[in-house]
Amino acid sequence: MRIRTTGVVAVLGLALAASGCGGDNKSSDEPAASASPKAAAGGKLVIWADDKRTAALKPFTEKFGQENGVTVEVQAVPNEDLQNNFVTVSSQGGGPDVVIGAHDWIGNLVQNGAIDPVQLADEQKAAFNETAIKAVTFNGQVYGVPYAQENLALIRNTDLAPEAPKTIEDLVATGKQLKAQKKVTETLCLQVGQKGDAYHIYPLYASAGGYLFGTTANGDYDPKDLGVGKPESIAAFKKIAALGEKGEGVLKRSIADTNSTATFTGKKCAFLVSGPWATADVKKAGIKYDISAVPGFAGGKPAAPFVGVQSFYVAAKGKNKALAQEFVANYVTKPELAVALYQADPRPPALTAALDQVKGSDPDLAKFVEAGKNGQVLPAIPAMAAIWDPFGKAEAAVIGGADPASTVTAAGKTIAGSIK
Amino acid sequence: MSTPLSGPGSVQQTPGRGPVRTGSPRSSRTARNHAPITAAGLAAKVILLGLVAGIAIWAAFPLVQAEQWIGLAVLVLTTAALFYLYVGRRHVPAKYLVPGTLFLIAFQIVPVLYTASTAFTNFGDGHRGSKDDAVVAIQSASVKQVPGSTQYPLSVATKGDPTTGPLVFLITDPKTDTVSVGDADGLRPLDPGAATVAPGGKVTAADGYTVLNFGQASARSKDITDLVVPTAGGALRSSGLSRAYEGKAVRAYDAGCDCVKDSESGKTWTADEEVGAFVAADGDRLAQGWQVNVGLANFTRVLTDERISGPFLGTLIWNFAFAIGSTGGTFILGMLIALALHSPRVRGTNLYRMLLILPYAMPSFAMLLVWRDMFNTDFGLINNMFGLGVDWFGQGWSARAAVILVQLWLGYPYMFLVATGALQAIPRELTEATSVDGASPWQSFRAVTLPLLLVALSPLLISSFAFNFNNFNAIYLTTEGAPFPADNPSNGATDLLITYTYRLAFGGQAAQFGFAAAISLFIFAIVAVVSAVSFRRTRQQEEVYA
Repeated sequence: MRIRTTGVVAVLGLALAASGCGGDNKSSDEPAASASPKAAAGGKLVIWADDKRTAALKPFTEKFGQENGVTVEVQAVPNEDLQNNFVTVSSQGGGPDVVIGAHDWIGNLVQNGAIDPVQLADEQKAAFNETAIKAVTFNGQVYGVPYAQENLALIRNTDLAPEAPKTIEDLVATGKQLKAQKKVTETLCLQVGQKGDAYHIYPLYASAGGYLFGTTANGDYDPKDLGVGKPESIAAFKKIAALGEKGEGVLKRSIADTNSTATFTGKKCAFLVSGPWATADVKKAGIKYDISAVPGFAGGKPAAPFVGVQSFYVAAKGKNKALAQEFVANYVTKPELAVALYQADPRPPALTAALDQVKGSDPDLAKFVEAGKNGQVLPAIPAMAAIWDPFGKAEAAVIGGADPASTVTAAGKTIAGSIK
Repeated sequence: MSTPLSGPGSVQQTPGRGPVRTGSPRSSRTARNHAPITAAGLAAKVILLGLVAGIAIWAAFPLVQAEQWIGLAVLVLTTAALFYLYVGRRHVPAKYLVPGTLFLIAFQIVPVLYTASTAFTNFGDGHRGSKDDAVVAIQSASVKQVPGSTQYPLSVATKGDPTTGPLVFLITDPKTDTVSVGDADGLRPLDPGAATVAPGGKVTAADGYTVLNFGQASARSKDITDLVVPTAGGALRSSGLSRAYEGKAVRAYDAGCDCVKDSESGKTWTADEEVGAFVAADGDRLAQGWQVNVGLANFTRVLTDERISGPFLGTLIWNFAFAIGSTGGTFILGMLIALALHSPRVRGTNLYRMLLILPYAMPSFAMLLVWRDMFNTDFGLINNMFGLGVDWFGQGWSARAAVILVQLWLGYPYMFLVATGALQAIPRELTEATSVDGASPWQSFRAVTLPLLLVALSPLLISSFAFNFNNFNAIYLTTEGAPFPADNPSNGATDLLITYTYRLAFGGQAAQFGFAAAISLFIFAIVAVVSAVSFRRTRQQEEVYA
């Protein structure tokens, strides 16, 4: 009995001591927590960006922190999880103060109340490329500060094809000739894949007369006017089908995101439809190349690529919104940061001044911007999320030889069904 | 029948002691009570209980901060119960059962209950938070700059202590260079001599006010964003810490009519608690909604939506075929190899075994992607090596064959390993006895080896079946469900229920967690029924052969 009591007492005492240790840990945490308002006399800004941009941002955020006596923490979140993670933590009332991401997230971020508008002065807006500001404007409000824009263009191997094709027909003729001479095995590297790729086929779709959404009076995309399934879209897909596997064999499902650039750099095709992100690989492969606009069908509309914009957002649930607004609205709008971000990831800066600074050393940039001149802003409305998958699959089916009319009509129905 | 015999009765008696001593079962218990307390045992107890206490205290702070009193009560009760249980010397069976039960509750029951409760809501993009959150989001998203209004350089200042004093905005009119001070009551001009203005218009000091630096100001972020200085045209608000603009909230929530009014267009959106959104008379909805209970709507949607119920049966059949094909194929292949290597006449078995389990050692995630590329029509290894032009993922049957082939390659080493283990546990005397009785090797395999193998491996086969039934990666990283019929982009030939529903719930407009939860409950029911039936059959089998 004696052993038992002492045992219990010992256990209790030690457990309490241990829990006391736990308490100590906590209380050593707690001053940190209660000190954070005081150290936040230093103030803290948390930024979420993807891995590449995190490295480029660090020197600037450190400078911003030192100049203003605040701490800035940049956290790397993989790009494919960023939006989802941000929306999730935001709905729990936490998360970062500033987020960096593509402008077509805006619709979803706004409907989840995850970001706040950014109030830019008119002269600040004027410093940006007009398309970039249009891209981050949603329901008449500016929701982000753009820093880079990107669009598709036609990259061609100038050893094989010295002249930029004016039309798709030109391109096909050149490609076929090269194929007959056994210089290449594919006419065109435009990624399709088994599921299709709405983003990459869109220039041809637009050139053939198709559209995704109509526009309202004030220029916003209108989810109620869906272009997929309309006669124009069927006509457009007929033209695409003519280039497909049962037609010219220019568009193929076997060319996908995984092998499109590699096939071009392996000199198996003379033309690649891709964006600024592909140039690094092309340069590495030592290929002589030039960049021009994606050609459209002869007599058709211009082959308008989608213009996407990378931008900074202010989180609605951030702890430090005033500082976040200051950083995004008044600091990011300066060209130095845009230039640094360009050096981390070579996409054309959205600030006109920054573009002017870097385009001298990188002629590709101006060519990409030129190729995107006819471009259309990638719709940021939430309804766009309903387009990607069905549209891509319809594209893959049509390229594989399915009947365009019934395929596109079915895709239109599916899309309309999932738009609220 | 043998189970009851070796049941609880014999376990309670300490082996060897019970029959010798004639004492009552109590004797063994008192013996335990007098068992000496070892230092190691005591230390383990103290460390583990200390850990429990530490974790409990660590978890308590956030709960207190979030004012989650129910959660805190559960935490306190659980911790107290754990201490009561392990500090005392009684309740020995409970001491063994409680840890497992706690983990069962935390990792099985709670998630299932949470999923089930989510299935009755519209939780998803646009409906994540509460109604209050939605109202705040709508109002703050509607603040617009007054057209033609001025942008003012701003300094944030206070009359009192930088951390607590009431805040004011010190702004400079860029046209007249006059400095004004603004608070919730409005804007008043400041004496021209009272303020020091830096080039660019920012006030750096003002008599009677402490100008906050960025660090001090950012600590009061919420006060600053909340401070609205009324003006004639709207109100002055901060845009960051160095600029103020004149803005106006166009939309405002009116609790009286439970609606949102737009002062520019005069349009009204009334709250609809059924769908969790503000809806206008013409059916127009505001994007920012909130989470509401939708009853059985998600379940009825699964059953009535033609896009879901139409291809459901076909998908279900293929899903079974895939799970059975993957499990059965890998089992047969793995077992055959195990049998071959089990033969005493094979030399170098260790080398073979090492080579055979290689696919198992490679990350399946990467291997699935590699296989996907090998099946490419024009550039894939398979077509190039055999000189074929098969559009593997373009036709239903070839795509199905391809994914099962990949599963076979990925899965057989596992079956080979477990079958090898089980084979070694079967006494060779049994097979030797059959051959003495004149049975052919096939007969001996059929009548002795296979049944004994199955007894050992059935639970593994069932769990492998359940895993493959929901093997999302196997499809999503290879065909992604392709090929899709031209007229239905939402259901492909190789889609499993899980990939199909993933596309329905997350591939369309946005994430619909409520709907996804409802579907996963359906899948859960299917897998549970299949597993329950197979386990029952296995038990019967065990009774036959045990």
